Amino acid sequence: MIELSDVRKVFPARRGAAEVVAVDGVSLSVADGEFAGVVGPSGSGKSTLARLVNLLERPTSGRVAVDGQVLTDLDADGVRRARRTVGMVFQHFNLLDSRTAAGNVEHPLELAGIGRAERRRRVAELLDLVGLGDRHASRPAQLSGGQKQRVAIARALAARPKVLLCDEATSALDPTSTAGVLDLLRQLRTELGLTVLLITHEMAVVRAVCDSAVLLDRGRVVDGGPLTEVLTRPHSALAAQLLPAPPVAGATGNLVRVTLTESAPEGRVLRTLAGDLGLDVEVAGGSVETVAGRRFGRLLLSVTGDDGRLDAALEQLRAGGSLVERATPGDEPPPWQEQEEPAPESDREPDEPRFLDAPDVQR
Amino acid sequence: MNWDRIGPQLAEATWETLYMVGVSTLLTVLIGVPLGVLLTITAPGALSPSPAVHRILGLLVNLGRSLPFIILLVLVAPVTRGIVGTTIGSTATIVPLTIGAVPFLARLVETSLREVGHGKVEATLAMGARRRDVVRTVLLPEALPSLVAGVTVTVVALVSYSAMAGAIGGGGLGDFAIRYGYQQFRTDITVATVVLLLVLVQLLQWAGDRWARRLAHA
Repeated sequence: MIELSDVRKVFPARRGAAEVVAVDGVSLSVADGEFAGVVGPSGSGKSTLARLVNLLERPTSGRVAVDGQVLTDLDADGVRRARRTVGMVFQHFNLLDSRTAAGNVEHPLELAGIGRAERRRRVAELLDLVGLGDRHASRPAQLSGGQKQRVAIARALAARPKVLLCDEATSALDPTSTAGVLDLLRQLRTELGLTVLLITHEMAVVRAVCDSAVLLDRGRVVDGGPLTEVLTRPHSALAAQLLPAPPVAGATGNLVRVTLTESAPEGRVLRTLAGDLGLDVEVAGGSVETVAGRRFGRLLLSVTGDDGRLDAALEQLRAGGSLVERATPGDEPPPWQEQEEPAPESDREPDEPRFLDAPDVQR
Repeated sequence: MNWDRIGPQLAEATWETLYMVGVSTLLTVLIGVPLGVLLTITAPGALSPSPAVHRILGLLVNLGRSLPFIILLVLVAPVTRGIVGTTIGSTATIVPLTIGAVPFLARLVETSLREVGHGKVEATLAMGARRRDVVRTVLLPEALPSLVAGVTVTVVALVSYSAMAGAIGGGGLGDFAIRYGYQQFRTDITVATVVLLLVLVQLLQWAGDRWARRLAHA
């Protein structure tokens, strides 16, 4: 449904600032009906990547295709029409203050030249869909953050797009509103058969809604895949962010890292090490999360009293499908510091409006 | 000369001021708003960047804004004669008033439009909007309260310009104050016209503020 092939976006040097390669040869494929995440630290080019999908930013090179249509081959008019098949939701909602909730949802329908009666009908339907059937006449200023984002979602879906782009859609919301908006997105994906590309720096969001994800760093995809597969892959940089490994430093004894999945639960490992081998097994750290609707976890075991049989036992466990390995300090990429994304509005110089084709990366 | 005779003349002068300010405001809005829009969207990185157009318009606007109005009044006299046929009277004064106020309003419009969040523009472009749709459905409506405030400031400036224009035979309250109040040493007449001007400006400002506030939903 979304196909990016070797896409690059370079913002030329200007005003003393050096040239910025925001997206550096990204290839990405999102299947029909997939809920895909793009994660990465601040300044990794995530937001630029989202804007490349609907050509709000034209790629410097590479190919962008959505729903079989190669957008990068289209002229400006064709791109404009193609954008109607891609809805977009933003961190700061971007609702028009001069319009009511209903007026905001109606906006894309007006632009598409749809008749008044049909517009009214569709607006009512959309506001019901996002659970705001009673807030037609409310102004954005009278709505909470979560409600504003629901209006923005209704607006993004008005022209019946097949793809929904969410650029940090929950980053400005409190935890309760975030959960509500994520539930809504998941429900809409199922009901409308949407393909969703979600940009975020919050791993909890990816764990809650995504089927797959890619990890972006300095404009490049460094890891990615279906989450259920990524999490069982040893030393995956993305898995280290999604489900940080317990810190090894400070733990003593022979350290064993166990990755838990529904098909490889921890019981067997513990039974073998503590029961069969009679070793002293302490849990030095661990966490269990629900990812893509399934239980995943990581345990760090501290094993003492090894008489040389540990490695053989681990080998045997691995052969039996358990995800176990010896852990040594520094063998896992550290999770980056999760931080608030700086608001895109605030880093913009007031005397310099940037609407199109301008560097959108923080360095 | 007593107040029985002055009264009707004062009323006529007030009417002339209202006429000059009214018509020139209308013309200023008709020319100044599109000019402000052009200034905004041709800026670097804006909706429709065009450095050459932006620089030329900016230069023209700055030229208009840096000329003292009284100089402009004299300078545009040939233009006025070309358009109206004369340089004397209220109708003739409308030409320099409009030329003086257009750059002023254009800058105010530019400032107002620039305040509209970039995200709103981006969201609208993402819907597949044309650039003119963005101007029509986003920039102007979102900036409307601020635009109304800008027009109010411009109207008030026009009232003061119109009084100045009176000095070179434009009619209106300024002309009246100079001819009867200043030249005939009638301080009471000067004071009366000043009070009238003050009331007029107050009324305009009050109406403009009220309107702007009603439009601001945020």
